[in-house]
Amino acid sequence: MAETGTGTITDAGTDWSDEVFAAMRARGIGTVATVPDGGLTRLLNLCAADNATRLVTLTTEEEGIGLLAGLWLGGKRGMLAMQSSGTGNCINALSLCATLKMPCLMLVTMRGQWGEFNPWQVPMGQGARAAMEAMGVICFDVDERPRIGETFAAAADLAFDSSVAVAVMIGQRAIGTKSFAK
Amino acid sequence: MNGLDRRELISELLARRGDALVVTGLGSPSWDCFAAGDSAATFYLWGAMGLAVPTALGLALAQPERRVLCVTGDGEMMMGIGSLAVVAAQQPANLGILVLDNGHFGETGRQEGMTSARTDLAAMAAGAGIATTLTVSEPSEMAQLAALYDAPGPVFAVAKVALGDHPLTLPERDGATLSRRFRAGLGVA
Repeated sequence: MAETGTGTITDAGTDWSDEVFAAMRARGIGTVATVPDGGLTRLLNLCAADNATRLVTLTTEEEGIGLLAGLWLGGKRGMLAMQSSGTGNCINALSLCATLKMPCLMLVTMRGQWGEFNPWQVPMGQGARAAMEAMGVICFDVDERPRIGETFAAAADLAFDSSVAVAVMIGQRAIGTKSFAK
Repeated sequence: MNGLDRRELISELLARRGDALVVTGLGSPSWDCFAAGDSAATFYLWGAMGLAVPTALGLALAQPERRVLCVTGDGEMMMGIGSLAVVAAQQPANLGILVLDNGHFGETGRQEGMTSARTDLAAMAAGAGIATTLTVSEPSEMAQLAALYDAPGPVFAVAKVALGDHPLTLPERDGATLSRRFRAGLGVA
């Protein structure tokens, strides 16, 4: 979930965001549903600036699962981009993916791990992968920036070609540690 | 018991659906829509409470040339109430949302819900930013529901329905089957 404050992500992910965006476009992913996260800033800005991409800001992440189901029922591709805390909000909603056997592509920027300063982020950050896997989501962890683009592309192909739920979980080590220091 | 007969209302409404696509919220709205006549262009939710509107929104965005009608209940709508703000932000001109409001959790023992207390769903939809909202509670007002098909969307309507006893009429319950039937009907499978 979005966090208010004056903190900044130490690196907005210039390289990997562009690679993910290019992989999205190449695969016809035209809608990005999101509750924003600092680590997603550059990618969300790329989406907002692109006429061919629809950015759907949600009030809570599980809405995104329903939205992706509706898009897929209507023959279109979308993805859900969220912070790790949002995975917890998606748990029951992920029943849709398992029951419909629908493609569900999720990009998760992690909190609560590498160098986390906010203890409130740690429980869901540490539990995110287990929670997603409990609901049948295939999870790809990626901690190295040069591998994010290819991991996302592979996850997207897996999701849409095999009609399964896949999450790419970008580690805090790759995103940069959030700090409220000036 | 005051309130409209939900089965009669849905039967009349869906008789005029034309080529509209329909998404139903879990429980009685799904049974009502199935009782009115099964269609490949109807997608029945049997779970995922709170996600009827987000699902219908995704469909409306994917199929802008088709009218999309979401039929759900008051408890299901309350669980996903934030999604009305998402709908308002996206402004899908082809989306109509109908809430069958009996003020109770009908599937679980008829416990009272929020609309039996103080909550006004149409007011919440208006507050979320949906410009066209209406509430019908008398048979003479039912003609207003044509706005779900005809008025520029998004349209949000509440129908105050009675706690009636209706036979259970259950559609196919396999989600993979329902979704692939729906997609095949649209020609996107």
